[in-house]
Amino acid sequence: MEGYTEKIRQIAKRLFEEKRIDIFIGYEKGTNPFFPRPTLISDPQEVEKLIWNSNCGLNLCTYLTGRKERIGIVATGCVSRSIVNHIIENQIKREKIYIVGIPCKGIIDYRKVLRRIEGKEVLRIEEEGESFKVICDGFEERFKKEDFLQENCLSCTHPNPVIYDELVADPVTPRSERPVYKDVEEIEKKSPKEKRSYIEQAIEGCIRCYACRNVCPHCYCPTCFIDEKIPYFGKSIDFVDTLTFHIIRAMHLAGRCTDCGSCERVCPMGIPIRIFVKKLNKDAFELFSWQSGMSLEKGQLLSTYRRDDYDDFI
Amino acid sequence: MEWKPKIVAFLCNWCSYGAADLAGVSRLQYPPYFRIIRVPCSSRVDTRFIIQAFRNGADAVWVSGCHPGDCHYIEGNMYARRRFVLLKRLLEFIGIEPERIFFSWISSAEGTKFAETAKLIAEKVKKLGPSDFFVKRRAEVP
Repeated sequence: MEGYTEKIRQIAKRLFEEKRIDIFIGYEKGTNPFFPRPTLISDPQEVEKLIWNSNCGLNLCTYLTGRKERIGIVATGCVSRSIVNHIIENQIKREKIYIVGIPCKGIIDYRKVLRRIEGKEVLRIEEEGESFKVICDGFEERFKKEDFLQENCLSCTHPNPVIYDELVADPVTPRSERPVYKDVEEIEKKSPKEKRSYIEQAIEGCIRCYACRNVCPHCYCPTCFIDEKIPYFGKSIDFVDTLTFHIIRAMHLAGRCTDCGSCERVCPMGIPIRIFVKKLNKDAFELFSWQSGMSLEKGQLLSTYRRDDYDDFI
Repeated sequence: MEWKPKIVAFLCNWCSYGAADLAGVSRLQYPPYFRIIRVPCSSRVDTRFIIQAFRNGADAVWVSGCHPGDCHYIEGNMYARRRFVLLKRLLEFIGIEPERIFFSWISSAEGTKFAETAKLIAEKVKKLGPSDFFVKRRAEVP
């Protein structure tokens, strides 16, 4: 995705010159090459800070919630769908935002890279077409991007933004070789006991840091249910408490999650958090042919209904 | 002593609670394992209610409301239906047995249906035995 950086800077500069925006939200270089830092620019002089590469995996829509200024924002497919959800839920107005669409070719999973290079400290990453070079102190190696993409990017169905004002490059074709819900289906086949032990193992490491909640663009309640005193759901790292948190959070994201993968990316313990919401996404797709954030007109899954909805479970 | 299941029943004020009432005044017999909680509408029942019931030691949860189209609030149970199907499938996904969470539509004239459903649920839960899925094993130190 080289060349995007230049284009984003040009667009941002032009938008500031035309006085169409007050703030531009994008990425700048961070201290860790795997984590470019999200940045809010209000000074046109600073547009040269903006960058784009295959490590920009956080969902920038998080910074839009409740803002009143005119905002320019870079958005890949999943981010644009989150923005659609924000517009539906009246968190922002469509007229106030200028979306710079990015046809996304996938985000690098830093865990996969670190595993391959055995945890060496990475100083720099250089991208070139479909490959990237990892440069450490006294060591460098070139990898194929395809082998190190995030899991959600490998099964991504909407790499191009669904709403945008301008695209930085031509739309890319979505990859089709991988079934989207394969991992969910595998768990569904298990017996209740096996499912429980799988889940127990999966969320065992959770330290209740709530990074997943804080990074999620759709978790914007002023007070999260887990921080409330009444009803109280327990804040210990006991399996039951952890599971309660993840289940209720997943239910709050039902029909809204766009599978951007931010939660898994920021999780310090590497928990497969996405699995809960993915199950809900799968059911929403199978029962209600629902895909989150695809249209501004349809409302939200749980705030609309049809008279002939599925009710075989009753 | 014989183990008796604890079943939390969220009944909608306008239909299913009336049905429970009717079952009572009609002297219909049904198992005494239910802890009935009256709610204004089946869509008042939140995910958190159901999880909290399990956490407090319920062996099963039963949510019952008006038939679709008969809701006192016009469309409440339509929203509830969507939410419950997702929740039920999610709870099954994490390993709760399908026979621990029930939904039904019972109108206030269907006292017999209420008693029959209650019998059916009690039977299924009894066969399954106690639930310890959401019960904490360690006490929390604040």
